[in-house]
Amino acid sequence: MIGTIAAGLAGGVVAGMLGVGGGVVFVPALVLFMNLSQHHAEATSLLAIIPVALVGAYRQDRYGNVRRTDALLLGCLSIAGAVAGVALANALSGAVLRDLFAALMVFVAAQLLRRTQRESAQARKRGERML
Amino acid sequence: MAAERALAPTARSLKLTAIGTAAGLFSGLFGVGGGTVIVPLLVLWLAYDERVATGTSLAAIVFVAAFAAATQGLYGNVNLRDAALVGGPAVVGVVLGAALQQRVGSRAISALFALALVASAVELVLK
Repeated sequence: MIGTIAAGLAGGVVAGMLGVGGGVVFVPALVLFMNLSQHHAEATSLLAIIPVALVGAYRQDRYGNVRRTDALLLGCLSIAGAVAGVALANALSGAVLRDLFAALMVFVAAQLLRRTQRESAQARKRGERML
Repeated sequence: MAAERALAPTARSLKLTAIGTAAGLFSGLFGVGGGTVIVPLLVLWLAYDERVATGTSLAAIVFVAAFAAATQGLYGNVNLRDAALVGGPAVVGVVLGAALQQRVGSRAISALFALALVASAVELVLK
C-alpha cells in the first residue's frame, strides 16, 4: 500500500515534469504492489489518470499551452477508439496484455531518451551545461 | 499559425479524428492516457510546438481516460479504492512536478525515469 502511494506520487511528479507518466507508472505499480490483475490494474489506472490530467491541464492552460478547441475535439473523437481498445484489452489474456504493456514501457523509455538527446543537442548549441 | 490555417478544414478534422481514435485505442488497450501517441502526432501532423502539444494532450486525456474508464467500468474491472490510493498522491505529485520543472533540469530526470521504466518492464514480465 505504501508502495502504491509512493508510486502515485512519483507518477504524478514525472507527469508534471515530463508530460509523461501517469498510466505508464500506475499500471505496473498496481500489478506489482497491490497484486491487481493486468486487466484490473489498467482499468483502475484509467480512473486515477482523470484527476491528474485535469489538474495538469488546468495548470498548462494558465501558461497558455492548451488549445481548447482541439483538446475538446480530440477528446470527443476518441470515444470509438477507447471503447474498441477496452474491448480488445478484455479479449486478450492477462499474460499477453502484460507483455504488450511491458513493450509499451520500453517504447516510452526510448521516446523519452530520444527527446532528452534532442534537448541536450539544442542546449549544447546554446552553450549550456548538461544539467 | 499560417501554415495550419492554410490546411483545408476537412484535412485537419481527419487528422484530429485519426489522432483521437489512435489515442482512444491506446488508452483503452493499455490503461494509459494516450499522450504517447497524441503529443508526437500533434507535432508531426499539425505542426504543434512540443509544449503546447503536451498541454493540449493533457486536456484531451481527461476525456479519453473518462471514456475508457467508463467502458472498463461496464466490464467490472475498475477498483475504486486503489484508484483513489494511486490517484490522490498523484494529484499532489503533478503539482509538485510542475513546480520542480521550473527549477531543475529535466534531462537527467528523463534519463533516470527511462531506466526505471525499463527495469519495471522486466520486473513485470518476470513476475
